[in-house]
Amino acid sequence: MALSRLSLRSNRFLRPSTTAAALPSSIRRHVSTDTTPITIETAVPFESHLCDAPSRSVETSSAEILSFFRDMARMRRMEIAADSLYKSKLIRGFCHLYDGQEALAVGMEAAITRKDAIITSYRDHCTFLGRGGELVDAFSELMGRKRGCSNGKGGSMHFYKKDACFYGGHGIVGAQIPLGCGLAFAQKYSKEEFVTFTLYGDGAANQGQLFEALNIAALWDLPAILVCENNHYGMGTATWRSAKSPAYFKRGDYVPGLKVDGMDALAVKQACKFAKEHALKNGPIVLEMDTYRYHGHSMSDPGSTYRTRDEVSGVRQVRDPIERVRKLLLSHDIATEKELKDMEKEVRKEVDDAVAQAKESPVPEPSELFTNMYVKDCGVESFGADRKELKVTLT
Amino acid sequence: MLAEDASFTVTHVHPMRTLDGITLPHVLRFLRFVTLPGKKKMAARIHGGAGAGAATALSTFNPKKLVAPSRTNLPAARSSKRCIVAAAGSDASKSLRVGHSQKLIANAAVATKAETSATTGTGHELLLFEALQEGLEEEMDRDPRVCVMGEDVGHYGGSYKVTKGLADKFGDLRVLDTPICENAFTGMGIGAAMTGLRPVIEGMNMGFLLLAFNQISNNCGMLHYTSGGQFTIPVVIRGPGGVGRQLGAEHSQRLESYFQSIPGIQMVACSTPYNAKGLMKAAIRSENPVILFEHVLLYNLKEKIPDEEYICNLEEAEMVRPGEHITILTYSRMRYHVMQAAKTLVNKGYDPEVIDIRSLKPFDLYTIGNSVKKTHRVLIVEECMRTGGIGASLTAAINENFHDYLDAPVMCLSSQDVPTPYAGTLEEWTVVQPAQIVTAVEQLCQ
Repeated sequence: MALSRLSLRSNRFLRPSTTAAALPSSIRRHVSTDTTPITIETAVPFESHLCDAPSRSVETSSAEILSFFRDMARMRRMEIAADSLYKSKLIRGFCHLYDGQEALAVGMEAAITRKDAIITSYRDHCTFLGRGGELVDAFSELMGRKRGCSNGKGGSMHFYKKDACFYGGHGIVGAQIPLGCGLAFAQKYSKEEFVTFTLYGDGAANQGQLFEALNIAALWDLPAILVCENNHYGMGTATWRSAKSPAYFKRGDYVPGLKVDGMDALAVKQACKFAKEHALKNGPIVLEMDTYRYHGHSMSDPGSTYRTRDEVSGVRQVRDPIERVRKLLLSHDIATEKELKDMEKEVRKEVDDAVAQAKESPVPEPSELFTNMYVKDCGVESFGADRKELKVTLT
Repeated sequence: MLAEDASFTVTHVHPMRTLDGITLPHVLRFLRFVTLPGKKKMAARIHGGAGAGAATALSTFNPKKLVAPSRTNLPAARSSKRCIVAAAGSDASKSLRVGHSQKLIANAAVATKAETSATTGTGHELLLFEALQEGLEEEMDRDPRVCVMGEDVGHYGGSYKVTKGLADKFGDLRVLDTPICENAFTGMGIGAAMTGLRPVIEGMNMGFLLLAFNQISNNCGMLHYTSGGQFTIPVVIRGPGGVGRQLGAEHSQRLESYFQSIPGIQMVACSTPYNAKGLMKAAIRSENPVILFEHVLLYNLKEKIPDEEYICNLEEAEMVRPGEHITILTYSRMRYHVMQAAKTLVNKGYDPEVIDIRSLKPFDLYTIGNSVKKTHRVLIVEECMRTGGIGASLTAAINENFHDYLDAPVMCLSSQDVPTPYAGTLEEWTVVQPAQIVTAVEQLCQ
């Protein structure tokens, strides 16, 4: 670690110290909540299609980068905790983990407001967290408890948060794309200046409904931003085996597109900011986020039958989003290594506490089986023969 | 049970709770043959056995409010499978002066039409597609969140003219012409509904909605549940289906049988201009996703409907013709085949009770149950295929719930399990015809 420090090009470089207390108080840095703007260049340039790429210089601040670190660390820990919970059979069914792709969730949140809508597929745990979801609600939902964000009735693939305009959480590949266009349509209908980010994967990019939705969105200038999270594998099938044209950002044809390094939270932020401005003025745009998932497609997929372990660890070493932000924080002296480690420890404790709390929370009542079927405006009831015996009221 | 809203006055019509068997026009037609002072005498004369049965049926109601003409005095039955005209003479209607709180009932053989609400006598006559349009327009006027989307609904006016004129009135955004992508625009409507808009999604033909099955099943039906109640999906999905006039196999599908298992949706089928408008309005106002099944051959039915605003209950069945011997359950176009068979049956001395179930999901087991308890025999006449149709589910439901009240097995007449052929004669044979209904009733009533 010391070696990499020496190679960083900061000229306000301080000797690493094991404790912050060793430094005289006059020069002790605060773990920064500084909001003065810093400009950082993205490592990888943007590639564009039918539009001018945004600048590579991203406006950010210490506080923001630190929040990236903390949020991404929390997301990473949550996914790892979910992994072990699944293996101990507390989470059942399907569990699709997002670790490796955290930069996308945090970068997007930094560029938009909670009134802009996000809709995504089944790999939704971190997006939910990014939208302000609580860790306890997430774990409770994963374990099928009443406290869960969908009352335990949705599961891993059905996280929703209406008050934060997070529309889920959808199990069928690609089905959320037309829904996302509907959200954008509603935004246009109500004439509010908000946009919708519709996330889908490289696998879903081959669905017909994507092209139907692109046509509709472009035809009516809907404020829809279609984000392809290209993690290079559609379950077990690599992109070169499933797509004739793996340039997903160009698939929009008449719709402009932008290819972004999805492991760089700042690049993601820049692209989303650019996309939001574009969508409000000119209609839809496609963003392709070049990202990677460390786990397999889901917990039942080891993730090593279609790619080598070297590839996975290679990406982890070179492109890991949290490490990148850590390096940034250290090189710009926003925090020391110790402080970051402490932060990670805090996050880990936070996650462990949430898991413990979720484990304690009760399962849904049996009567919950029939709730939320219908909205009880007409009292849909199912009676026995004499109307005296109320079999069930579907509420 | 109607949507709560105090901003308008609604004529609350509960046709099933009150055995409104016959329409105002029929009574009026009959009354042309009697002088008004003689009306009370008519009420006293009830024909034979069937009439006595009618008397018991009426026993729960205040007889003074009822007009029960003798069956023999009715004019000869008019053949009227469709294009039924509510031909009420204006003089007779005014003199009858029926308030909407009164209930009319008559045991006539020619109850081939829907009941109209007992109104103050005026109403306006229109075709079924115009009734749908009226309902839609009124709801769009009332609530700015209601919008329509579908193929050719806007500038073209709708392929069956249900949305004619609406685009000019409300603009392109509220009456949206979509490209041909059922999956995408159905999904789009559902996504919009998640935010609070109330789209009415039209499938040009119900069969095309098969392309949107994923959206309808997973997103429309289930999102309210899987989100723990966070999102409601107040969409109406509507369109014509059923066997038409030699439209071919793919354009003659009955999707109610495919959709009936989807949890979370409600399904209704309209059959008359009156209930078409009422159900359209109720469906739009409902917070639940409703699929409204129309029929290609019923769009030109003519009827007089009330001028006042009214809504039909989504979960209620409609009593078309009360009777004693047998309960015939039907919906949509088969209602007219049943009523035609009913004429023949009455002439043969039977007294069928005909119920248009209207609500395909959930079934109105209350009305159906009361009927079964009375007649003890059930015949279901439907247009769905034999396998897995609405009739199959209804048979199971009746057997489960009312087994002790049945004197004979439930019989279900459905379409054949074949793709609908093009040739006219073959097409006729796939669908249940009145003669088969008559035979079935005779068989059941032995």
